[in-house]
Amino acid sequence: MAEIQGGGDDKKKKGGKVRSKKSSTRIDMTPMVDLAFLLLTFFVMTTTLNKPQTMEITMPEKPKPDDPEPPKVNERDVVTIVLGENDKVYWYSGITDPKIEVTDFSANGIRKVLQQKKAELPKLVVLIKPSDKSKYKNMVDILDEMNISVIQRYAMVDITPTDEELIKDSQL
Amino acid sequence: MSKGTPTIDMTPMVDLAFLLVTFFMLTATAIPDEPVAVDTPSSISQIKIPENNVLTITIGKDSRVFFNVDGQYTRATLLGKMGELYGIQFTPEETHTFAIMSSIGVPIGGLKQFLDMKPEQRKELQPQLPGIPVDSAHNELADWVLQARLANRQVRIAIKGDRDAEYPVVKKVINTMIDRKVNRFNLITGLEGGPAEK
Repeated sequence: MAEIQGGGDDKKKKGGKVRSKKSSTRIDMTPMVDLAFLLLTFFVMTTTLNKPQTMEITMPEKPKPDDPEPPKVNERDVVTIVLGENDKVYWYSGITDPKIEVTDFSANGIRKVLQQKKAELPKLVVLIKPSDKSKYKNMVDILDEMNISVIQRYAMVDITPTDEELIKDSQL
Repeated sequence: MSKGTPTIDMTPMVDLAFLLVTFFMLTATAIPDEPVAVDTPSSISQIKIPENNVLTITIGKDSRVFFNVDGQYTRATLLGKMGELYGIQFTPEETHTFAIMSSIGVPIGGLKQFLDMKPEQRKELQPQLPGIPVDSAHNELADWVLQARLANRQVRIAIKGDRDAEYPVVKKVINTMIDRKVNRFNLITGLEGGPAEK
């Protein structure tokens, strides 16, 4: 590393002859480099590199009293998914006398069910009923599953007491 | 070769370092001051959140709801409108504090007092803020959202919920939106590898 050489006294000793110094004009860059890397580290740490993703969701409008009746859906095409506590997913198809089953959010869980149902029923409608004990994560996960399985017709509905009883009785 | 200390030419390294510093400085947007740590759930969605005109509703793990909107001008207008609505007069200083502040987590009644505090005091109080009331009987969030939409018509609504937030709170927030005829909003989620990963 080069230093600025202190040689001010030399002139007097050598009879006043002005000698241009040939020594290097290098500057010690270490502090500058230190600072540069400090700043670099700071900015690297504070930057939020990837912006968060968002999931667009469009909820239906509230029905007005004078709206025409929504089209009826055949109950055989309906699959109801109830989001329970501890990441459990209950599901049943149909409305009358449903046979409730329990599964989870893994790839072999609800996704398999949905894909199977989608293959069986071309007019599949999924009703999502998050229970009060479910978490926000469950809701996002199930909406995600809808996107993964490309199910266009689904709705988020409030849970009914019947559903709650059904889950209780099933003891799953 | 002389006996002196071996020297390395650091110039290229310094060039590179400064290039990177410049790059990061220009691209940096400081991490916004979050009122509550939120661990967002993941999804396969690839849509990025827009840069500006975002109204964020944060739902914490402890069911507290925070409200935030970007843009200093929007915020100043919003506070004026809210003050009018609730009959509270805000001084120019308070408006300025509000404009440069981040999320709001106090009921409107306590907002004036909150704005009069010193920044350090506000920071200290952060973990005990009650959040914005969203009950159906006393729903201030609805007013905040409505007024923010009036202050800036291009605003997009994003809900940033913690993965462990209770669903009833989320439902209340969503119903608040629907009641105000906001049917389309964004749920902020993290990145996930896709179906194969699970």
